[in-house]
Amino acid sequence: MGRLRKTPVMEKKLQFEDAVNPSSGGRGAYLLHLADNALILGHRNSEWCGHGPVLEQDIAITNISLDLIGQARNFYQYAALLINKSKNPEGSKAPSSSVIASGANPVIASGAKQEVTEDSLAYLRDAHEFKNCLLVELPKGDWAATILRQFFFSNYQYLLYGQLQNHKDEQIAAIAAKALKEVTYHLRWSSEWVIRLGDGTEESRKRILKAIDELWPYTEELFLPADYEKEAGIDPSSIKEEWLKKVNEIFEEATLPFSSVIASKAKQVIASEANPVIASGAKQGKHSKHLDDILADLQFLQRAYQNSQW
Amino acid sequence: MVTEANISVARIWSLLENVTDPEVPALTVIDLGIVRDVILNSPSGDGGIEIIITPTYTGCPAMDMIATNIKMELLVNGFDKVKVTSVLTPVWTTDWMTESGKQKLKEYGIAPPNPRQQVCNNDLFAPDEAVQCPHCNSYHTHRISEFGSTACKSLFQCYDCKEPFDYFKCH
Repeated sequence: MGRLRKTPVMEKKLQFEDAVNPSSGGRGAYLLHLADNALILGHRNSEWCGHGPVLEQDIAITNISLDLIGQARNFYQYAALLINKSKNPEGSKAPSSSVIASGANPVIASGAKQEVTEDSLAYLRDAHEFKNCLLVELPKGDWAATILRQFFFSNYQYLLYGQLQNHKDEQIAAIAAKALKEVTYHLRWSSEWVIRLGDGTEESRKRILKAIDELWPYTEELFLPADYEKEAGIDPSSIKEEWLKKVNEIFEEATLPFSSVIASKAKQVIASEANPVIASGAKQGKHSKHLDDILADLQFLQRAYQNSQW
Repeated sequence: MVTEANISVARIWSLLENVTDPEVPALTVIDLGIVRDVILNSPSGDGGIEIIITPTYTGCPAMDMIATNIKMELLVNGFDKVKVTSVLTPVWTTDWMTESGKQKLKEYGIAPPNPRQQVCNNDLFAPDEAVQCPHCNSYHTHRISEFGSTACKSLFQCYDCKEPFDYFKCH
């Protein structure tokens, strides 16, 4: 105490830039993208805790949160391992790529030899360092909006993880294969709810139609490959057709007009710097203000009381 | 005094029978099938004992505690050089749960997982599989929710005795 400490922000900047360092083969940035998507949607869904429309569905949506945050942990742990390795290539203590050391004591270490951890990646990066897509950071909205977003995203994750489970990086493949079993539940559950709402009451139908209008413009970004996706050998545009097919199938079952979706997409023009027509750029760090709101909530404790632990 | 000579893998496995799942205390980590290997003189565990475990679900919050409890159990029995490593492959399945584990679950009031794998079935509104009520043994039951009090369970109710119950779902 009494001595001025080196500002953690400066150290942090250096660390996180390593994540996009070519020495990690682009995988660091890609892992952060996968982790951020899962963490932010997991956080959004957790906002329903205690507020679900009925107890069983409150439990369902928060269970999905738990699965997503579990995915985020696996990806962050692996990203931290790669980042630390690229900073300290001599480090022989790092476990082999097929294993993750059990996170029994994930301390945010302080001091000169600060190691990146799953916690520092989640709690100490600024908004512009997050690589999640816009869709997951939007406010939770009403139940229809939450359901529709979950359906869009689970449909996307189901197809993406289906590819990733064969990825040449064994650890990415293992995380994806494990999560795929759970994403299968998420997709089935959210599909059933889209059908219930679309083919339900006048009110539920009105709300899901509104949700389609609001959320559809944000779906395109899922399929626009970022540089780190290409470097990791992933082309999300390759799953777009399958994704649309599933949306069409579920909308048909829900008596929701798929063609009007395409029309509403043309109507709803959301400008962004990266692309004047499509809402995108978040994967590259250009986020909506909604991410700031989430991070203010999510990161408060670690920012206010650094290195605090349970 | 514990020496290399008198440690046997079987002894470690039997000690692990004392470590229970904090969320389903009726089950041991062996019953759950989450202990995948026990390695003596492990090179990646600094020459000590390495225990390989795998999570049931990606987000299972009990894993850190289970790892700590394994270390504690071995420590009180004289093994202080223990490393617990979590692996994700091969992916855990309820098929790895022991028969005695399934029996213990039922006695605890949780319906054990049916043997048939059905998670790959993505059919919408698929009819509920016949799950036996752990209280009155009736198969006349229905699913209330696919998601229950923990990630590994779903919520059922019995039409006959009317009791709601947890079902350790097939995974």
